[in-house]
Amino acid sequence: MKIKSVQKLKEIANLIRQDIIQMLTKAGSGHSAGSLGMADIFTVLYFNILNHAPEQPNNPARDRLVLSNGHICPVLYSALARAGYFPLVKLKSLRKLNSPLQGHPHNIELAGVETSSGPLGQGISQAVGMALAAKMDKRNYQIFCITSDGEHNEGQLWEALMLANKYKLNNLIVVVDRNNIQIDGYTKDIMPLKSLRNKYQSFGFTVLEVNGHNLRSLINTFNKAKGINTPVAIIANTVPGKGVKFMENDFTWHGKAPDKKQAKQALEELKNAS
Amino acid sequence: MLVKNWDKLSELEKKSTRQGFGDAILSLGKNKNVVVVSADLAESLKIDKFAKKYPTRFIECGVAEQNAMGVAAGLALSGKIPFLASFAAFSPGRNWDQLRVSVCYSEANVKIASSHAGLAVGADGATHQALEDIAIVRCLPNITVLAPADYISMQQAVKAAVKIKGPVYLRFARQDGPVIYTANTRFMVGKANVLLKGTDVTIVACGPIIYEALLAAKQLARKKIKAEIIDCHTIKPLDNKTILSSIRKTKHLVTLEDHQVHGGLGSAIVEMLSQRYPVKTKIMGVEDKFGESGKAEELYNKYKLSHSHIVQSVLKLLK
Repeated sequence: MKIKSVQKLKEIANLIRQDIIQMLTKAGSGHSAGSLGMADIFTVLYFNILNHAPEQPNNPARDRLVLSNGHICPVLYSALARAGYFPLVKLKSLRKLNSPLQGHPHNIELAGVETSSGPLGQGISQAVGMALAAKMDKRNYQIFCITSDGEHNEGQLWEALMLANKYKLNNLIVVVDRNNIQIDGYTKDIMPLKSLRNKYQSFGFTVLEVNGHNLRSLINTFNKAKGINTPVAIIANTVPGKGVKFMENDFTWHGKAPDKKQAKQALEELKNAS
Repeated sequence: MLVKNWDKLSELEKKSTRQGFGDAILSLGKNKNVVVVSADLAESLKIDKFAKKYPTRFIECGVAEQNAMGVAAGLALSGKIPFLASFAAFSPGRNWDQLRVSVCYSEANVKIASSHAGLAVGADGATHQALEDIAIVRCLPNITVLAPADYISMQQAVKAAVKIKGPVYLRFARQDGPVIYTANTRFMVGKANVLLKGTDVTIVACGPIIYEALLAAKQLARKKIKAEIIDCHTIKPLDNKTILSSIRKTKHLVTLEDHQVHGGLGSAIVEMLSQRYPVKTKIMGVEDKFGESGKAEELYNKYKLSHSHIVQSVLKLLK
């Protein structure tokens, strides 16, 4: 499934944002800001970039998307449902008893979820393992690992980057959601990251930087990344809460769901924008 | 099963369980899905030969056990059968969260091969003597826990682990110890081995320390006490049947492990028996203390885990 029309992709991203608001409101808890902020990137990945087939979720040749910062799973679930992995109606069950849509992703019961994630820093190592397996099997699929800037506090992440460089994993593309917030505040206050570009470069990565809401630029950046012969980090500058004015750039929305009134306002804004 | 001359220590071949791991993994190398993930302890884990023979299936992660566990999970989720080789103090000691989520929760087919378990590590001291690993691993869902007693059973455990689809923890040790099993012994995961039959007391142990239990049985026999010695190499799933049938006969239980008394083999057995068939029990292990530097036999003496201490425990229990 490759949608080339930017207008069409924009519409999908908007629907995903509406899904996120509805899911989180119904669940009564969850992570709004990061999920909304990554809607454009997930749209571009699932509807243009990834080589995947929802009807064959275990096809060994598929590209892998590993969500390392598992807490933004509402955007993953919505993208998977809209891509055809499971019926949209299932989205309503987010965080409910007996639902395959767990509060943080679980790979066993939900097609399209490559692994379980939640504790930060773990997805990146698994993505590196998958990239190594692809090399061993001489397969050409690519591994896209989504991480957040706050996640870069975790030492494990840097351990994984060192290994990716050591084994020259040019099939690994790390996407950094640079939204400048984490649960307790702004990243500059909680743990200053200084230059992520310099850090990644010194770890042997080729670094690309992109506006995480410009769909055309995202498509071009991902396509460029695929052709680079080193591990790649795409630093995606995003606005947390993007699309819902009262949430944008406010760290207090990192780990919070809108109530019904706020959801109404958010959905109106999104519908007007579509 | 048990070698005939088991009680003649000087006649027995001495080999370590870690050598058993290294030799088994080398022979498993012909399985193209088997991968070894190392954290800078290849020589200690005896996997250097595998590394030389199968360089493309040997991933050296450096001293980074958390990442190594995740990498192993990623390999497993891509169809490989990775063995993560390190010391038990670091793996699962340092990467338990990764074991819990990346491996057990995701049902990733990772084999966690951890050497240098127990006081018997010796001179390196407390930091490197993993005494809590059984406790922190067996509480996790979806994982099989194995702690073989000697070189032969270790090799067989490694081969059995490959056939299990899912996480397996293999606990083994640094020190050379007597080879007590005959080469043709059949090792079955989940099936404890009755090494000596007895009627008065059941002694269940795991790992190389079981040789102390065998020596104790020999001493007890002189006092007309017949001890049944069970090698409980599989701590999870526990072989309830073999343990219960022995306990119903002897009514007395001593458990022995080179591990804390909290949460290990003894705890696992007592959790089961307390609900099925409670009996008088002594759990022998390290009594809520850290270890220290010393020779293995010195440490077993100081921490009251040698055969003479087992004899004393049995006599006290039977009083």
